[in-house]
Amino acid sequence: MTVEVAKHRELGLTDSEFELIQDKLGREPNDVELAMFSLLWSEHCAYKHSRKLLRRLPTEGERVVMGPGENAGAVDIGNGYAVAFKVESHNHPSAVEPFQGAATGVGGILRDVFALGARPIAILDSLRFGELDSVRSRHLLDGAVRGIGHYGNSIGVATVGGEIYFEAPYEHNCLVNAMCVGLAKQEEMVRAAAAGVGNAVVLMGASTGRDGIGGASVLASAELGEGDDAKRPTVQIGDPFEESKLLECCLELLEKGLLVSLQDLGAAGLTSSAGEMASAGGVGIDLDVARVPLREADMEPFEIMVSESQERMLGVVEPERVAEVIAVCEKWQTGAAEIGVVTDSGQVRVLRGEEVVGEMPVEALVDGCPLYDLSPAAPDGWIYDNRVTLDRSATAEDTLLALLSSPSVASKRWAFEQYDSVVGSRTVRRPESADAAVLQIPEAGNAIAVSIDGNGRRVACDPYAGTVEAVLECAQNLACVGAEPLGLTNCLNFGNPEKPAPAWQLDRAVSGLADTCEALGVPVVGGNVSLYNEGPDGPIYPTPVVGMVGELPDPAQVAGSAFAGEGDTIALIGPFAPSLAGSELAKQRGELDAGLHRADIAAVGVACAAIRDGVRAGKLSSAHDVSDGGLATALAECAIGGGIGCQVDLQHLRERGCSPEEALFGEGVGGFVASGELRQLESLAEEGVEVILLGKVGGDLVEIAAGDHSLTVSVADAERAWRSLGERLDP
Amino acid sequence: MAKARVLIRPKEGILDPQGKAVERALPALGFEGVEHVRVGRMVELEADDPERLSELCEKLLANPLIEDFEIEQL
Amino acid sequence: MIWGVLQFPGSCDERDALHACSLIGDARLVWHEESDLGDVDAVVVPGGFSYGDYLRAGAIARFSPAMEAVAEFAAAGGPVLGICNGFQVLCEAGLLPGALLLNEDLRFHCRQVELIPESGADGHFATANVGQTTTRTLSIPVKHGEGRYWAPDEVLDEIEAKGQVAYRYAPGQNPNGSARDIAGVRNEAGNVLGLMPHPEHAVDPLAGSTDGLRVFEAVAGARV
Repeated sequence: MTVEVAKHRELGLTDSEFELIQDKLGREPNDVELAMFSLLWSEHCAYKHSRKLLRRLPTEGERVVMGPGENAGAVDIGNGYAVAFKVESHNHPSAVEPFQGAATGVGGILRDVFALGARPIAILDSLRFGELDSVRSRHLLDGAVRGIGHYGNSIGVATVGGEIYFEAPYEHNCLVNAMCVGLAKQEEMVRAAAAGVGNAVVLMGASTGRDGIGGASVLASAELGEGDDAKRPTVQIGDPFEESKLLECCLELLEKGLLVSLQDLGAAGLTSSAGEMASAGGVGIDLDVARVPLREADMEPFEIMVSESQERMLGVVEPERVAEVIAVCEKWQTGAAEIGVVTDSGQVRVLRGEEVVGEMPVEALVDGCPLYDLSPAAPDGWIYDNRVTLDRSATAEDTLLALLSSPSVASKRWAFEQYDSVVGSRTVRRPESADAAVLQIPEAGNAIAVSIDGNGRRVACDPYAGTVEAVLECAQNLACVGAEPLGLTNCLNFGNPEKPAPAWQLDRAVSGLADTCEALGVPVVGGNVSLYNEGPDGPIYPTPVVGMVGELPDPAQVAGSAFAGEGDTIALIGPFAPSLAGSELAKQRGELDAGLHRADIAAVGVACAAIRDGVRAGKLSSAHDVSDGGLATALAECAIGGGIGCQVDLQHLRERGCSPEEALFGEGVGGFVASGELRQLESLAEEGVEVILLGKVGGDLVEIAAGDHSLTVSVADAERAWRSLGERLDP
Repeated sequence: MAKARVLIRPKEGILDPQGKAVERALPALGFEGVEHVRVGRMVELEADDPERLSELCEKLLANPLIEDFEIEQL
Repeated sequence: MIWGVLQFPGSCDERDALHACSLIGDARLVWHEESDLGDVDAVVVPGGFSYGDYLRAGAIARFSPAMEAVAEFAAAGGPVLGICNGFQVLCEAGLLPGALLLNEDLRFHCRQVELIPESGADGHFATANVGQTTTRTLSIPVKHGEGRYWAPDEVLDEIEAKGQVAYRYAPGQNPNGSARDIAGVRNEAGNVLGLMPHPEHAVDPLAGSTDGLRVFEAVAGARV
């Protein structure tokens, strides 16, 4: 008896959860059952500390085809097509082994998308590491970027965008969030719910090994002694070639209408995919572990049920079509085995041949985990460390160059050139040529824009306001290419929710996300929560990562972010109220503190609409949102991109009370730097948005008049600073 | 079945960037005086007919234009 | 004319190549197990990671039934274009001289490069410059981790002398450390071309360049 208690605790179940499992079963769970409960009742699968909060999010909209609860969300883009998308974290595996962690993160999110019957067409990544001067951070960055490239490049899906931030709180707990976007004919899409009593359950793809079962190894039988730990790798290894075949195979099966439903095997392997399929369909499932193709012959039933071996999918097939399914799998040289059957028992039964080795009600296993209320409490002020890297006395020129060369602000060309951004022939705007990636969709006669955003530092300053900003910045990025948001996915990366401060950050962030999505009319169609992201010094910055997909009618009518024409007028558009609070400059000066200006969501929405309409009408030569490093940085980025300078005066901002520093380097959402013909820019004001004329495009200097902080930097010097990341990483 | 191990390495004189990268990293880790690092591949296999291993290596496991190989019978 | 685009397990750019070919003819995919190319007038061996490329890029694909057919097709004078992984496959198959090694800096690079077409004396792939008094470069993306062209010096001398170098990277743009900036080579007869850059990703003004069409057009006229 005492041994059992130790086991459930080691598996992460509390005593009361263990008692609840005994109540629901009416007996002691055996080892197979205990392993399965411990996984499905984990935070990762049951969302037990976040599910109640997530009910605040708006999930419905006219264009929603599939919402939360499916493998990914999907929105209608016209002509019978839908775009499916989702972002997911692979933080902890990446902190252990960044190459495989990031690679399998990409592999997992790809499967989520093609499980719906959508062909993946784009990948985006949101990465967070400790400061660049840390050897560990550079190692994690290098591995994660290589891993993403390895998987995405090899499988032939374009990696079109992303973001990387470097902040000390991520030193021991990096974040690797991957987003995938797929395109599907709506009539070929499939849900994850198992259906049809008597239908066969077919496991497709790679064979099953001992990957990722380290956590459950406490259940191993005595025959495998301690010396055999090496047999249970905790790191899952990704095989993009296997996935490439599996992807083509699944899409062909769906095109031929051979599958009733399809689900990927991710965390918790067969346990969660079978359990969730049964739960969604209101049916039972019998699985025979003896029929699962194994990589190692001597695996125990619990190991087979919890294995996280990659590149596997579970399909439900009508019995008379199993042979056809297996033939398609053979064509693609991908494994296929009929391992079970859909039943009306309401039970997940695990068999080994004739022997029943586990039997649990689906309801208890999948939906029976208790949901917890958080005990949030705001911390007393700023709970993270400050570090001074830039002296307050630095000149305006040196400050601008310091901001441009900050790893979080600087060009990420070093990373994105390691990714194939063009495969698939859809990419109209490659990374850094515009604020959002643009992919043409000739099938629907239009294009989509995608962006992924989330500045954890600003969320740390004010979890509510910072999360509002993350959503607005994403919407602004879409507006810059003329796109209107259709739906949003998110990954909530937070610390330990059982502690009051991270709980408060999570609670406030979810409210910010909900309120902004509600106000903008953008439904949340899917997402993922990653909690317990902590290092020895405390939690990570609270990091809600927001991915948005928008639609634009004409891919030929897309603005870039770079200045394009000598003599063009430059305007600041939108409700921009810069402040040094939470800014990159405040970070460099070691002056970060709690508190952030609250954005006017509705006003930013109006500005987005004005920019969007301007871009679509071809009125703008360029459009770029003002973000990290403030207005001076945004202007320099536009100049670097176009290889042409600018002469601007920030008098207007100063007249409304901004100090020269705030005008130059202050941050806040709602601002766009746009260039074009004077009369066209002025016409945007008709849409009720503020248009402040700043100056002209031209020359080879970035000249910004801001009183006693006026600065002049050559475009070449600015570019050298902004492009310095590569030489620092590969000297 | 005869067990064998095949070692494949870049031919002498061909730039081996993997070897160079290892060589460059060593001094920083305190390993001075290591040079001529070459990074190759090892393939373990069991074959019915060990006589044909050499042919198999030339055809598939190695590219004789750029790689040398050694067969080690185990 | 009818283009056949090979498809291996692990191919990535076969649909893109199919689309590019369809802009100047009809095009269909040829599954790797097909040993008969049928009515195909020109063949593209596309980019990707055939069979996972775990052993050595292109090493396994060359033994596929479709590649055996391609070798016969090439021997009979049929035009063959190998792009990226396809170039690697053609080199492994011995249809083109040399080999493609890991990029010198060990990193995958995806970027637009400028290519200089070479106008060899009897080359069929220099048509990109026909009628032009100056050499116009082609803007085409590369995306590979194993694209460093290498051959022994005497082989390089020989292919240069025979006009078998089809494309070079413009000065300063060599992304991988290729010998003598070579981006693409052809066989001695002039009907087989391999190059690391991806012309199929430069056929649409929305993608930033249509220069890749000139490569396909040159191949279309390369039957010997």
